[in-house]
Amino acid sequence: MATHRIRVTVNGMAREAEVEPRLLFVHFLRDVLRLTGTHIGCDTTHCGACTVLLDGKPIKSCTMFAVQANGRTVLTVEGLEQNGQLHPIQDGFWQEHGLQCGFCTPGMLMTGYALLQHNPAPTEEEIRWAISGNLCRCTGYVNIVKAVQYAAEKIRQGEAS
Amino acid sequence: MIPPKFEYFAPTTVHEALTLLRQYGAEAKLLSGGQSLIPLMKLRLAMPAYLIDINRIPGLDQLQEQNGFLSIGALTREADLEHSELVRTKYPIVCDTARVIGDPLVRNLATIGGNLAHADPANDHPATMLALGAEIVATGLDGERTIPAAEFFTDFFTTALRPDEMLTAIRIPAPAAGSGGTYVKLERKVGDFAIVGVAVQVTIDASGICTRAGIGLTNVASTPLKVHAAEAFLQGKRLDQNSIQQAAQLAAEASRPEADLRGSVEYKRDMVRVLTTRALTGALQRAGGQVA
Repeated sequence: MATHRIRVTVNGMAREAEVEPRLLFVHFLRDVLRLTGTHIGCDTTHCGACTVLLDGKPIKSCTMFAVQANGRTVLTVEGLEQNGQLHPIQDGFWQEHGLQCGFCTPGMLMTGYALLQHNPAPTEEEIRWAISGNLCRCTGYVNIVKAVQYAAEKIRQGEAS
Repeated sequence: MIPPKFEYFAPTTVHEALTLLRQYGAEAKLLSGGQSLIPLMKLRLAMPAYLIDINRIPGLDQLQEQNGFLSIGALTREADLEHSELVRTKYPIVCDTARVIGDPLVRNLATIGGNLAHADPANDHPATMLALGAEIVATGLDGERTIPAAEFFTDFFTTALRPDEMLTAIRIPAPAAGSGGTYVKLERKVGDFAIVGVAVQVTIDASGICTRAGIGLTNVASTPLKVHAAEAFLQGKRLDQNSIQQAAQLAAEASRPEADLRGSVEYKRDMVRVLTTRALTGALQRAGGQVA
């Protein structure tokens, strides 16, 4: 079977690789690029631990082939921090203790980040709706919602100052 | 889970995709949003030798009103239907349907064309298209034809599409004045398949008489189900508590659910009755009427 040369912009950097068509995108990120921040949870399109942004939209990277990402732009959890500074969404999870075991956290961060990009002041219901494809089996979601609210507030303050 | 090996093509025109489809036929699968197909390939329930990725074909994701129809391109993502102002205001039943498919992440990739062509009786759009009286546009190398939704779902995971045809668009007739519709889904949790889903689209005239009723059911038979008996019963009647209850009873009787982890036959059939009542009531309200 033929392999395919793909070129993907990941966290602002152009990355190239020769991939088998059946290589899942999450395996490309973790095993080829060694970006292991993106987790594999259920591997059945349910849990959202593998969430990354594809051209700005959160998707499940276990349910897409790496070849499909050719020419596209991807943001993973490793790309949130800028110049040693945590992104407000990361800071929010820290401040509000939005995690316990941490397994779902990369996906939650990416979904939360995407939500705040187009809705800087989400209601609690909007946050819960947005993260309804990301499962957390520890927290009961209360602190995750608070973390997103914290980040929203912090981003708004940053813009105001 | 690793899918079996396959050869991958990414055509950039419909013609190119159709040429590949004619060449590889039954051994090939079209890859749209992939949110059903890729999980099936990972489980090795689907093992296509050739995968034809249609995501790079421009123009297949257009959403526009033309010639008395809303035309929805096959590659239109569920998230785009969910957030479209045109769909939300003029075709709210389609918005209702899109927003309960999968979860928000799945909806960023999943497409309406895939949801229909996959023909899983648990998928949500088919019931809605039955209620709306929509048409499926099937394109082959020899040309294009339209298939009424009522004739499209021929069996379990089987459609009227020929092996060398692809679904390119869906056409929904623009609603007449006094029309309204809604889709009601009972699910255990976000992302699950429906226990039962009911789509209703009605049109009422100025005196409150129902001139058209479309009713479709999700996941209560081996195909999505159009409830002809209830539709015919409501035609020419005033939608009141009595007629709505009788129509809902006809829908329950038409359903052929199977017992599974989502419930018993009796439970599901009763949920068809309950949800049809709610959907008819909701549709009537959106049509500008009130249940007497």
